[in-house]
Amino acid sequence: MHWGGVETWHGRRSLLTLKKVDVVIAGGGWTGLATAKEITTRTALEVVVLERGAARSVSEYSANMDEVDYSIRMRMLQNIAEETLTHRHTIRDTAAPVRQWGHARIGTGTGGGGEHWAGVANRYPADTFVLATALRERFGTAKLPEHLSVQDWAFTWNDIEPYYTRVEEMMGIGGKAGNIQGRKIEGGNIFEGPRSKEYPVGPHRKTGGMAQFETAARQLGYHPYNRPAATLPFDYKNPDGIQRPACAYCGYCAMYGCMIGSKAQPTNLLMPILRRRKSFTLRNGCWVRRIKHQNGRAEGVVYMDSQGQEVFQPADLVVAGAFTPNNVRLLLMSKIGVPYDPLTGQGTLGKNFTHQLSGGADLQLIHKQPMGEGMRAGGQGMSVSDFDGFNGIENETGILRGGTFTGGGGGSGLPIASFGAMPAGAAPRNWGSQWKKATLEYHDRIAGAPTFEAEHLAYKHNYLDLDPTYTDKWGDPLLRTTIDWTEHEQRVRAFAARVSAKMAREMAAVSGAKVIEGGGRGAGRRTGRYQTSAYATSHLHGGAIMGDSPANSVVNSYLQHWHLSNLWVVGASAFPQAGATNPTITSLSITLRACDALINRYLKHPGALA
Amino acid sequence: MKRREFLTIPAHTLGGSLWYSLAGRPSLVSAQQKELRVPLRFFTAVEAQVVTAACDRIFPSDENGPGAKEAAVIIYIDRQLAGPYGRDKYRYTKGPWRESVPEHGNQRPASPRETYRQGLALLGASFADQTAEEQDRRLQAIERTDFFQLLRTQTIEGMFCDPLHGGNAGMIGWQLIGFPGPVMTHHGQSANGSKRPAPRSLEQITGRRVKGWEDEA
Ligand SMILES: Cc1cc2nc3c(=O)[nH]c(=O)nc-3n(C[C@H](O)[C@H](O)[C@H](O)COP(=O)(O)OP(=O)(O)OC[C@H]3O[C@@H](n4cnc5c(N)ncnc54)[C@H](O)[C@@H]3O)c2cc1C
Ligand code: SF4
Repeated sequence: MHWGGVETWHGRRSLLTLKKVDVVIAGGGWTGLATAKEITTRTALEVVVLERGAARSVSEYSANMDEVDYSIRMRMLQNIAEETLTHRHTIRDTAAPVRQWGHARIGTGTGGGGEHWAGVANRYPADTFVLATALRERFGTAKLPEHLSVQDWAFTWNDIEPYYTRVEEMMGIGGKAGNIQGRKIEGGNIFEGPRSKEYPVGPHRKTGGMAQFETAARQLGYHPYNRPAATLPFDYKNPDGIQRPACAYCGYCAMYGCMIGSKAQPTNLLMPILRRRKSFTLRNGCWVRRIKHQNGRAEGVVYMDSQGQEVFQPADLVVAGAFTPNNVRLLLMSKIGVPYDPLTGQGTLGKNFTHQLSGGADLQLIHKQPMGEGMRAGGQGMSVSDFDGFNGIENETGILRGGTFTGGGGGSGLPIASFGAMPAGAAPRNWGSQWKKATLEYHDRIAGAPTFEAEHLAYKHNYLDLDPTYTDKWGDPLLRTTIDWTEHEQRVRAFAARVSAKMAREMAAVSGAKVIEGGGRGAGRRTGRYQTSAYATSHLHGGAIMGDSPANSVVNSYLQHWHLSNLWVVGASAFPQAGATNPTITSLSITLRACDALINRYLKHPGALA
Repeated sequence: MKRREFLTIPAHTLGGSLWYSLAGRPSLVSAQQKELRVPLRFFTAVEAQVVTAACDRIFPSDENGPGAKEAAVIIYIDRQLAGPYGRDKYRYTKGPWRESVPEHGNQRPASPRETYRQGLALLGASFADQTAEEQDRRLQAIERTDFFQLLRTQTIEGMFCDPLHGGNAGMIGWQLIGFPGPVMTHHGQSANGSKRPAPRSLEQITGRRVKGWEDEA
């Protein structure tokens, strides 16, 4: 038997071989379950989803509004003791494991990260999908850094736009369009790519802070818009007939499942449909460890079930929907494809690993009175895209692309997280009577400067492979991330800090707040190097990227593996580089596009699509 | 098996009228009751007194309101350490352990329990009997240790956690900062102003018993 080259791995214990199914999907989060829904509702094929985490349902979330267990102990995340990532800055360093959740967070259980996401739901700017071409046209190849490895997405805006619309309608994204079929609309994001229609749901109400951000941005000549969000601002029934109530602004949003089902989650949008399909099976507690393959065909997956039994599930079609790190790790462990070598540039598997860039000014706004804004929904905020992509960077030297600024809030509002903000120097030390006095005096009076999220360009030296030392709970190698920020990211961050500071000062003028240095989002990142110890974003991309040829990518634009035509690798592992905002609706859009190709074309004529 | 140790707390020091038993059930502390005997899960009685004293210096009860003592922060910390978190069940603990660059954060093998035991050794058993000034000096001397930073973090957590975890007794922490509890009816309305509603805990809101993670596994 050929085990994808890993002969020594499977134990002495007998391997249970199950009856063959049509489709097996590794991962039961947003992308895995969305794929299952498309296939089981549009074809007669039998689909099995293997999800390593526990079963989850919306009804259990009412008892979850507890900051200690969910925000601090991170109870919904995958237990990091069992599996983590390792990191090193360069190939000359030794990687260290991420021992406690830090820079990024990874989900588990039915719904995956889609249960406890924040619901920020911007589309990527239109030129994101042809970024390599756009950069060459604007700067000329000679002016681009030599170590850049940005690639085009192998499709364009017009290909993805219908899928964005489908995802927005499924989720009930609340927002306001800024560009409908080329017609610019004030109040929306006028820099977005042309949309076929308006958002299905109106935007969130504006808090006082959001209104200040909006006024300040207008005064500076920018174009503020209410950020699109999957935390339903109004009651909504989607095209599948699923009805959800409007958000109650409880504040227990990111890191929590929504207790009333307002937030778009796989458990409330996909599972109700899937549960009714006889052709659908979800097996929880099943850790996929290998994709078995022979002669250019995937044969199924090998997994450990909840009883510790090793199982082989044969299938005609294999889909990996295990989120970026595990999609790539599964391919590496299964020896599917040629691992990328940063020294020679040979190989494609693991290349173009990116992690959304974030930043902002190291400033705080001190309000005279408590803001009293109460809680906010995930995703709620005002943004400007005046510096997205090539916008607004004409006069900046050495900056290739910008990003989005968002503001108007006063922290999460949960009592532990929001406690203790004060101006630097307000107390002699960060404990004791004087400190306590200051914490109470400044409680709910401090707001951060606008935050910044940006594209992270792909570089030749940022990549993924298997760690030679550290292993997961089964003894399989962990995924090693080799990544560092370059001078370009430092410059983008410095630029972002300046713009954020300018906006913060304008907001202070609008609201009568005072601006003070220090304590803002720039704090703690002073070394400027990539760090794994403090939260950045959970948005990890690449490693199994799409492209127009097997020479530069792992999958084609339909997320079909170039070499194994019955293997599909869905989700953000296919992003050639990180886009400017949060990834999920883009990740789901390319996954739905893949499903259309799979159902409408591949099933009729199995083979490579390209 | 270890003999069960108890912490004795004078009833009048507890902030609110609600007291949460070891099983997490709320009960009323009557004015007649002089002291409460709380069974400890992790600390010895002497250790609990030292930690109580240290938390009280970090978040003192003073003219600006109640502090760690009244919120029973010690009970929160005792339960956290006794549970799976204290044993590092939620941290990647496979070796080799190597110090790394600062960007990689804590790469040291000590579990929260071990960190406390090391810290308590630094403070000594007599810490609780010292004057506040002396205690402050001792704490300042260890400000940079992992122990102190953990203790400070957990003091804040124990002040403002949901009472189901044992801290924030009588929800005095939430009253101090005007947090209404995990209610679903904000709709963005200001919780500000003089007429703050009394906060409500998760169990009061859901009307059922909620088990903290420390009580599982
Ligand atoms: C705290 C947080 C906030 C976020 N906020 C936002 C936001 O505001 N906007 C946004 O766009 N995105 C956000 N995200 C990201 C979002 O959650 C992901 O983009 C999305 O869930 C990705 O979908 P996916 O299917 O690829 O992965 P997931 O939804 O995570 O699903 C992957 C599933 O695969 C399972 N799995 C992994 N490996 C295996 C294996 N070997 N065997 C079996 N099963 C396996 C996992 O348990 C998981 O359930 C956030 C994420 C987090 C953690
Ligand atoms: S803020 Fe709104 S969407 Fe988020 S969990 Fe609360 S009710 Fe649900």
